[in-house]
Amino acid sequence: MNISLARRLVAVATVSAMGLLVGCGARVSDDPSTGAAGAGCVDTSGSSVKIGFLNSRSGTMAISENTVYNSLKLAADQINAAGGVAGKQLAIVAEDGASEPTTFAEKAEKLIRGDCVAAVFGGWTSSSRKAMLPVFESNNALLFYPVQYEGLESSKNIFYTGATTNQQIVPALDYLKEKGAKSLFLVGSDYVFPQTANKIIKAYAKANGIEVKGEEYAPLGHTDFSTIVSKVKAADADAVFNTLNGDSNVAFFKEYKNAGLTADAMPVLSVSIAEEEVGGIGVGNIVGQPVAWNYYQTIDSAQNKKFVADFKAAYGPTKVTSDPMEAAYTSLYLWKGMVEKAKSFAVADIQKAAGGVTFDAPEGKVTVNGENHHIAKTALIGKIGQDGLIHTDWTSGKPIEPDPYLKSYPWATGLSG
Amino acid sequence: MEILLSQLFNGLSGGSILLLAALGLALTFGQMGVINMAHGEFIMAGAYTAFVVQNLLGDAGLSLLVSLPAAFVVGGLLGLALEALLLRRMYHRPLDTLLVTFGVSLVLQQLARDVFGTAGVDVAAPEWLSGPVEVFGVAFPKTRLFILVLAIVAVVVLSALLAFTPLGRRIRATVQNRSLAESSGISTRRTDRITFFVGSGLAGVAGVALTLMGSISSNLGTNYIVDAFLVVVVGGVGQIKGAVIAAFVLGVAQSWIEYSTTASIAKVVVLALIVAFLQARPQGIFVVRTRSLV
Repeated sequence: MNISLARRLVAVATVSAMGLLVGCGARVSDDPSTGAAGAGCVDTSGSSVKIGFLNSRSGTMAISENTVYNSLKLAADQINAAGGVAGKQLAIVAEDGASEPTTFAEKAEKLIRGDCVAAVFGGWTSSSRKAMLPVFESNNALLFYPVQYEGLESSKNIFYTGATTNQQIVPALDYLKEKGAKSLFLVGSDYVFPQTANKIIKAYAKANGIEVKGEEYAPLGHTDFSTIVSKVKAADADAVFNTLNGDSNVAFFKEYKNAGLTADAMPVLSVSIAEEEVGGIGVGNIVGQPVAWNYYQTIDSAQNKKFVADFKAAYGPTKVTSDPMEAAYTSLYLWKGMVEKAKSFAVADIQKAAGGVTFDAPEGKVTVNGENHHIAKTALIGKIGQDGLIHTDWTSGKPIEPDPYLKSYPWATGLSG
Repeated sequence: MEILLSQLFNGLSGGSILLLAALGLALTFGQMGVINMAHGEFIMAGAYTAFVVQNLLGDAGLSLLVSLPAAFVVGGLLGLALEALLLRRMYHRPLDTLLVTFGVSLVLQQLARDVFGTAGVDVAAPEWLSGPVEVFGVAFPKTRLFILVLAIVAVVVLSALLAFTPLGRRIRATVQNRSLAESSGISTRRTDRITFFVGSGLAGVAGVALTLMGSISSNLGTNYIVDAFLVVVVGGVGQIKGAVIAAFVLGVAQSWIEYSTTASIAKVVVLALIVAFLQARPQGIFVVRTRSLV
């Protein structure tokens, strides 16, 4: 869900070029003994099996992706303690994507061909996923991607355990409509995720008689929101839909409050602010504002209480858990479910067995969709409380089937084209 | 009319933020010719000083007032250390200075991450600065008024220091002709050190002001360093009044263009205008005329 189109294009071009080079120079890795295993050299003969974690441990995304790595590690440790996957202990090979899409592609290639891992878990920005996609497809390997994103993608080599648009943005719009919003103002960072999200929002608004009073984009890292907030204030919409990313949120919400705007008068619904970010924005600047995700630390279930307690026990009592962390944790358990259902670590067998695999995740029960490789998740709209945590205010009630191309929504025809 | 007034205010406010970030740089880069890439991290250090002071004192109002002088001292001491340990060995080697200070900025950023964590921290604004003041139906955020006043005070104090005090005379003499100043009995070493202390201290003050506006994290400085250099270059190296005019012109231009277009386009247009302006006038708005031959 991140970084500019230009960079993405460059990254994809570089990776494709690199793929060619590596493809030509690579040693023959198809070991006949593992037969159907797509990745070729995965060794499942011993008492352990290798898996790869690929997260940015350095660079600008490290702040977010370190938490994902921690959740993956927690899941792996728990699975190993409980006897492993199909009786085999997990041996983790961790690589640093360094916040660079090209590095992600390189390291993915290394994990698949060099380390012969059975599956790779990680990635955060859409640019990193788009860069890795051709690597996983050409090697017929598996990637589990744990972050909500802009949809319009479905690869047989990727499992998407974060929300696609119809599990986050569409329910958020349903929520605002239910609360009586007749007009919206759209504020976002200037790159692919907000632009795509806003296209969907505008199509929804048109079909539902909601007026879009304005649409503003700020460059990533933008720090002065006085003019944008002036425009928001002058437009006087019923609600603001916020797809800003990173530090810009802090400047935006401080400006919003100082301009005298409040969550009661004009709520700002955000899709990129989770428990982690609230502290940096300052609870006082954002209290009462709604956000849209599929998981909150405050979810009242036995699974979640255990997850939160285990996470705090492993990484410190002040740590919070958030949606992408939970989706990463869940992704490892889903892979375990797939392997045990397929009774095989081979990619083709897993792809065949994936549909219908379920897991009682901290967010609730999730089910893998065998067609598009996303998972059915319950949408939750939460409000930020004085305690800095997010409390569920509205729920879709049941898991929503993933629909990355929004095919089942008549108003969305033409968006995916 | 309301829009006119509120956009003019937004522009002036944006300008005052630029000015605070650039004022210290106008002194160290403008007057001394040192390209200090770590200036942004001195701003960051000021912001974290505000965070530490607030955690120690608790009260947001009192801590803001204590933070301002505290951050001046913290920024100043960092500057002094940089000057004494590294920079004084490489005056007249601008490229080396650039690389060394860039390295220092990376070190300081990592240090901030290690000490304060990678996630952003929050400094609460005092109650008396929250919300807007309504004048003629236009809402002026109090935090922005505070920063505007702070920037004006900083400029007035700095200008008075340069114009009317013996220290100011020594600084100006050193800038205009270093060897002549030295031969008239001015300790240029000492003057350099004090100038660097004051310039870096101003960066610390800017950091405190910025806690009212945006995020406080290890990359706070990198968000401002380029704009700060632009202000000094456009204003004319070696001039405080040039930096003042440049900051306000850039601030107002940014907010006006942004109002009729978008934030991204405004950034591009403003940068294009700067490039065009520097083509026509490479020395900036004002030029220091000296009798030295170089």
